[in-house]
Amino acid sequence: MTGKAKLSFPHPPARPDQVPDFSALAIPEAGALDVPPYEITAPESRPYANGLVRVLDDAGAAVGPWADYIADIPEEELLEGLRDMMRVRAIDKRLMTAQRQGKTSFYMQCTGEEAIGCGFQRALSQGDMNFPTYRQQSLLVAAGYPLEKLMGQIFSNDLDPAEGRQLPILHSARDYGYFTVSGNLGTQYIQAVGWAMANALSDNGQIAVGWIGDGATASNDFHSALLCASSYQPPVVLNIVNNQWAISTYTGVAAGRARTYAARARGYGVPALRVDGNDYLAVRAVARWAVTRAREGFGPTAIEWFTYRVAAHSSSDDPTAYRPKDEAERWPLGDPIARLKAHLIGRGAWSDERHAQAEAEIRDEVVSVQKRVEAHGTLLDPRPVPARTIFDGVYAEMPPHLARQAREAEV
Amino acid sequence: MAQMTMIEALRDAMDVMLARDPKVVIFGEDVGYFGGVFRCTAGLQKKYGEERVFDTPINESAIVGMAIGMAAQGMRPCVEMQFADYVYPGYDQITQEASRLRHRSAGDFTCPLTIRLPAGGGIFGGQTHSQSPEALFTHVAGLKVVMPSTPYDAKGLLIAAIEDPDPVMFFEPKRLYNGPFYGDHSGKSQGWAGHPEAEVPEGYYTVPLGRAAIRRPGSQVTVLAYGTMVYIAEAAVAETGIDAEIIDLRTLLPLDLETVTASLRKTGRCVVVHEATRTSGFGAELIAELQEHCFWHLKSPMQRVTGWDTPYPHAAEWAYFPSPARVARALRKSLEE
Repeated sequence: MTGKAKLSFPHPPARPDQVPDFSALAIPEAGALDVPPYEITAPESRPYANGLVRVLDDAGAAVGPWADYIADIPEEELLEGLRDMMRVRAIDKRLMTAQRQGKTSFYMQCTGEEAIGCGFQRALSQGDMNFPTYRQQSLLVAAGYPLEKLMGQIFSNDLDPAEGRQLPILHSARDYGYFTVSGNLGTQYIQAVGWAMANALSDNGQIAVGWIGDGATASNDFHSALLCASSYQPPVVLNIVNNQWAISTYTGVAAGRARTYAARARGYGVPALRVDGNDYLAVRAVARWAVTRAREGFGPTAIEWFTYRVAAHSSSDDPTAYRPKDEAERWPLGDPIARLKAHLIGRGAWSDERHAQAEAEIRDEVVSVQKRVEAHGTLLDPRPVPARTIFDGVYAEMPPHLARQAREAEV
Repeated sequence: MAQMTMIEALRDAMDVMLARDPKVVIFGEDVGYFGGVFRCTAGLQKKYGEERVFDTPINESAIVGMAIGMAAQGMRPCVEMQFADYVYPGYDQITQEASRLRHRSAGDFTCPLTIRLPAGGGIFGGQTHSQSPEALFTHVAGLKVVMPSTPYDAKGLLIAAIEDPDPVMFFEPKRLYNGPFYGDHSGKSQGWAGHPEAEVPEGYYTVPLGRAAIRRPGSQVTVLAYGTMVYIAEAAVAETGIDAEIIDLRTLLPLDLETVTASLRKTGRCVVVHEATRTSGFGAELIAELQEHCFWHLKSPMQRVTGWDTPYPHAAEWAYFPSPARVARALRKSLEE
């Protein structure tokens, strides 16, 4: 005590001129936590909200009760999961390069976070709806969304289902369970709760899934969503992707002195778990558990996915200005693709040779789709949708004032 | 036909829609068990059950955000902001989400949502129970903005709003909930009983959005008003004896430009009246549109009678609230020049 009120400002473990340091993070052993019963209450979820569900150990073996919980998943499906993640990374890499080449105005990678969306999507069924942020393209890829549409959106050409109306990466794909992404942070979190309430009211057996980043947990709609999910108990899973960074702002600024984001969710009366987001098997297991819980009427679950944002925030960001260049390499939970790869090799289901071959195949596939999509127009070869379409769909029917403006725009 | 107050007419509209369409749900602060602080939803929860009519936490962003999620899924929520003055925490959800879902997703997701907002002054509501924030919503592409002035219109427009495929901001002039208001605040307030527009048909009917109503045909000057100001204009016309044509806009967005311009081409003179503050208020938009479309028909400068550019006062309510005397002055001025 200094006998004087004084502010304290949270700081990241290291800045650009410093050595990355994650020594303050306590990373529990894989397999340490049980699979709780679906009827778990928020108070009972305390060890899960403060701990970390992990399945893959340092040697790449799947261990503990959560590994048993998903032991029925065929190896073939895990191999597909690996391919999903590799496909997301390849797409991100190609599209980031396309941005650097001036073919699109903007891009956002999800490097290092591929396991979360790819693993979660596999737990969902047709009709379930994600309310993603701009960094959940992994959900779309794992849902089998046509790459032509995904890339058409990035290039705002006639393959973009939303006719070039939104900034690249803000996809909308109802049939693939992907709600239209907004640039306004947090808003979709409470909308997911409303959608889930409508599911319950119409008794359709479907669920909704909210997504939010660690920084955006500070927005008021994070509060709105957890509170309403707690009040009305709809079939919703509320995901928090804690990648340690909100653009240049260290996660401690959003977290305050709270121990975890999962613990914060638990404070609303929503059972919460904290999970190794770079562990594909942990993602599969906890996603299955939370989705089952929601679908069977046990109410909402909050999940904090603990991960690291490896890439820049966006194509307009340079992280070397605020964090050490090699910080991602020191991230104690490693790389999700490398870890699942090691696990599958350890099981005898995969090899370095097959991995290299798959990498080449996926790259060829992505490149060939990209060429086809780019032939429909890029920023260097703009073939935008007709300008008059901006007046369509503002309302179901075009009102007179928009019809007048549409005529004016043509002159 | 039945005699109804505006409160009863609004309640009846929700009753009709709850019975007619299982997708309609009603929620907001105190609208469930208690039936609303203005009684607009009284009895509805008892009749339709908690799954159709329920209470919410005090969080406008949550109310609108939940409603957007429900609407996008296929329901038809009709939600309440207890006072229009408290809509602002929900402004992000309304202006950035509800208004744009259809457009930004190219029709992949839509938002058939109605937001009811008791608005306007004349009730000693002070700063946060009297505001008229309609211009903050007419500025937003993708919204519709409605304000009824009679029980008949209130029911027909609310049914039309709930059925509308797009989000509708439904402003309810709470000064008119229990009766018309002609600006005389000295005596006993007048009820709706006996007013021809308080004859409300039972069952389903609609008043189409986007159409104005000529409340009083006239030849000398066009008065454009909505909500409580329709009656203030009527009082001013009665006071001056000027043969004014009073148009109740009913829907501000999209605006019934055809009815308005036809009137102005006939009269060549115009007075715009609204309770909201003047600068960048909806009156500015009206005058700009009319200047563009009717310039050569104008015989005098268009006038505006509005709330002053101040926060809504408590003690000085009647110095702030546009009075029949102020409208009368504007009418005379419009004819003089």
